[in-house]
Amino acid sequence: MEDQELATLPGSGPMLTRKDFVSDQMVRWCPGCGDFAILATVQKLLPSLGIPKENYVFVSGIGCSSRFPYYMNTYGFHSIHGRAPTLATGIKCARPDLQVWMVTGDGDGLSIGGNHLIHALRRNVDIKILLFNNKIYGLTKGQTSPTSEIGKKTKSTPFGSIDYPLNPISLALASEATFVARAVDTDLPFLTEVLGKAAKHKGSAFIEIFQNCIVFNDGAFEAVSDKTTREDKIVRLKHGAPLIFGKEQNKGIRLKGLEPEVVTFEKGKPPADLLIHDEKAHSPNLAYLLSRLMDPEFPIPQGVFRDVSRPALHELMEQQLEEAKKTTTVDLQKLLNGAENWVVA
Amino acid sequence: MSQTETIKPARKDPEELDAVTIRFAGDSGDGIQLTGMQFTTSTAIAGNDLSTLPDYPAEIRAPVGTLPGVSGYQIHFSSREVLTPGDAPDVLVAMNPAALKANIKDLKKGGILIVNSDAFSQGNLTKVAYAANPLEDGSLSDFRVIPVELTRLTGNAMTGMTMTKVQIDRCKNFFALGMMYWLYDRPMENTLKWIQAKFKKNPLMAEANTKALHAGNAYAETAEIFGHHHYRVKKAPIVPGRYRNITGNEATALGMVAAAQLSGIELWYGSYPITPASDVLHELSKHKAYGVKTFQAEDEIAAIGSAIGASFVGKLGCTGTSGPGVALKSEAIGLAVMVELPLVILNVQRGGPSTGLPTKTEQSDLLQAMYGRNGECPVAVFAPATPGECFTMVIEAFRIAVKYMTPVFFLTDGYLGNGSEPWMVPDVAKLPKFSQPALMTKEAFKPYQRDAETLARPWAIPGLAGYEHRVGGIEKADITGNVSYDPDNHERMVRLRAAKVAKISQEIPPTEILGAKKGKVLVVGWGGTYGSITAAVKNCQARGESVSSIHIRHLNPFPSDLAEIFANFENILVPELNMGQLFKMLRAKYLIPAVGLNKIKGQPFKIAEIENAIAGLLQGGRN
Repeated sequence: MEDQELATLPGSGPMLTRKDFVSDQMVRWCPGCGDFAILATVQKLLPSLGIPKENYVFVSGIGCSSRFPYYMNTYGFHSIHGRAPTLATGIKCARPDLQVWMVTGDGDGLSIGGNHLIHALRRNVDIKILLFNNKIYGLTKGQTSPTSEIGKKTKSTPFGSIDYPLNPISLALASEATFVARAVDTDLPFLTEVLGKAAKHKGSAFIEIFQNCIVFNDGAFEAVSDKTTREDKIVRLKHGAPLIFGKEQNKGIRLKGLEPEVVTFEKGKPPADLLIHDEKAHSPNLAYLLSRLMDPEFPIPQGVFRDVSRPALHELMEQQLEEAKKTTTVDLQKLLNGAENWVVA
Repeated sequence: MSQTETIKPARKDPEELDAVTIRFAGDSGDGIQLTGMQFTTSTAIAGNDLSTLPDYPAEIRAPVGTLPGVSGYQIHFSSREVLTPGDAPDVLVAMNPAALKANIKDLKKGGILIVNSDAFSQGNLTKVAYAANPLEDGSLSDFRVIPVELTRLTGNAMTGMTMTKVQIDRCKNFFALGMMYWLYDRPMENTLKWIQAKFKKNPLMAEANTKALHAGNAYAETAEIFGHHHYRVKKAPIVPGRYRNITGNEATALGMVAAAQLSGIELWYGSYPITPASDVLHELSKHKAYGVKTFQAEDEIAAIGSAIGASFVGKLGCTGTSGPGVALKSEAIGLAVMVELPLVILNVQRGGPSTGLPTKTEQSDLLQAMYGRNGECPVAVFAPATPGECFTMVIEAFRIAVKYMTPVFFLTDGYLGNGSEPWMVPDVAKLPKFSQPALMTKEAFKPYQRDAETLARPWAIPGLAGYEHRVGGIEKADITGNVSYDPDNHERMVRLRAAKVAKISQEIPPTEILGAKKGKVLVVGWGGTYGSITAAVKNCQARGESVSSIHIRHLNPFPSDLAEIFANFENILVPELNMGQLFKMLRAKYLIPAVGLNKIKGQPFKIAEIENAIAGLLQGGRN
């Protein structure tokens, strides 16, 4: 995280600490839940952003992850299933001075609220969307979710799920999102870095966070969360750098026609034709290609897929209001009189 | 006195009439609504009282010349008070056989029927299953038929201009309008001005429509089609002031803008396009200079979600829709009840259930507004009586929403929303101002600590340091607002939310009774049936009958004086455009032996229908 970039953020109140963002409510997630780590990361990150805490609003839908606002000592709104993006849109556009964070899950955000998510992203509503993906319904006690793998046996799919899963990153890119990233709950420094970048992005920032549900889907992300294996299973995306991964940093990704392939090379001597990551690319094609890299043939990309600039919805809305104010004098009586009226004496 | 009874031999001076009802009908592409609205404005400027009823199909361009494609616009104008768009037209202008077939059953016997005879081709007759041409087979002998070769004559008026057949055809409604202006002695200046403004960028169509209007006017006078006979309806005795025509939807939108100005709190309107409520979104979208933010959401749920979000951060959150949209918003309305935020939900009711009759009126969403949610979920419900009253009542809805921190349903309907009437423009200086209630100190702040008078919780908006708090749909602990599953607390909160809405009755003025306070029949109405009920009751009273009426504008809570009023009448009649929804509520609450008068045709009540029901009760027909 670079300090000079943080300095561009609005507000510079008194120095806050993590404790300022901890509410007095008991956290009621299961012991060992990945949500704890994400909560702690956010509570640690926010004081460093220099924004008064009364200007934060945390909005959520329904599900385990959506209890998040209760544990943040900021303004918060625990809304209804899937609808958090709709409230967040009203909040941000009605009050552009507020910093709006949204917490959702794979069921809340991609199933019942899928429609709202894609529209918030295409409008570039200036909200930070944390999608906790645990590939299962937790709060309703273990049913298949839109990201559950095909064939998965759950309470609602005892013979295996027959619903093909969604890829949240691909969906966000297809929805014209301007900031799309992925991180995992167990890699706190990296999660902090990604969330910091998201906080600085103006417009919708979508972050898929692999989050372990210890009760109903334990180990779903073991390959990428296990410190001993993860460097061979993930590729960290760095803007302007070649896609190199592996414990030995001896593997890379390059294109063969329109398809990616893994190449192994002698450490320190990468081939010249490795793919170079460009999160600022005008076209989302590269980001989309990266979003399709999946285990086991490929390492799973972590980090920022896309970070481009486009006016946020509230900016366009304010701009239209300002334009209108330039050409129209506010005169309620004149407005009520209308263009055509007559006087009865 | 209807005009048809007073037709006398031809003479040059206009004959005076008390009241006239005209219906324009044609293909939905014929510009019928436009023609009607132009005639309306000119009539208002001529000083008559009036009321209108547009009646258009759900399809944008149903197949040309077919019955589903018929669009109608009725206007009733008079030298006396006008309360309804008229029971039956005195004059029918039918642009084609379909328009004739769909409307002729309503025309008064002896009424004037003006038809575009050019449209009565074999093809058009076949489309609507006329075996023979009704203009020739004597089936219209009950009426004064005036066939006009509208298409040909409009074409003649364009001689020398380079116009396509389609363009010429588009002007024939103005030819017909010109004729009607002569027949009823209306000024044309307003329409001439309108044409110039409308076709600013298309001088050819401006000239063509101007010529068509003049040609129709001259034709009516010189071709003696009405035998030099024309009519004048004198100015009505109207309260002095500045007037304009206004539809209920316009009045609702302007009321919302006014509420924001009067409170100094900006308006957020989240909506999803739906007939017949979309016009409110259209109107509000124009008023950005007034700080109005409109948001066309991806669906009905997002529309209300955005409004709840805006309310949470201190704005006047509002969402507008019609019945099917309310069904989708129900869960979110429950959330607004739980988090106790101000919110106005506009429902411009239409025929239901399901998609129902999108362009027709009905009052069948009252019980949906009252009870259509999970859990014990009380909201205030207000309903204006006239198009113009939508303005003042929606301001009141916002005032109450803010003062009591509650969602308020605002129920209008297609008839009020699309119908228009001359509206005395209020003096802005005299409109009621309101503001957000004072907030306790941050030391004393508890999110669910209630005001003693209103039971409202504090509206502490994000950005205020020291007031950070969380709200949500899970049951709240009394006072602290923390999550609580405690059984006693839940019962207390359910009762508190109900008590808060009930407290709104202290805001309701005494119910006005039209007529004596005691008598044989009391007619109880709500919403857009006001005009028909009032006209019917006034007719009864003029005959010396013991009939009074009240109109309930606050459906939840009810005014506190209703029981007292009901006790003084032998019979209570509740006319509604539904199966008896207010009727059920009144019977449940007051245990009164009321009787319902119910109509579910997508059309408003005729005055005669209500008079007949009253007569039945007066003659002891009920028992």
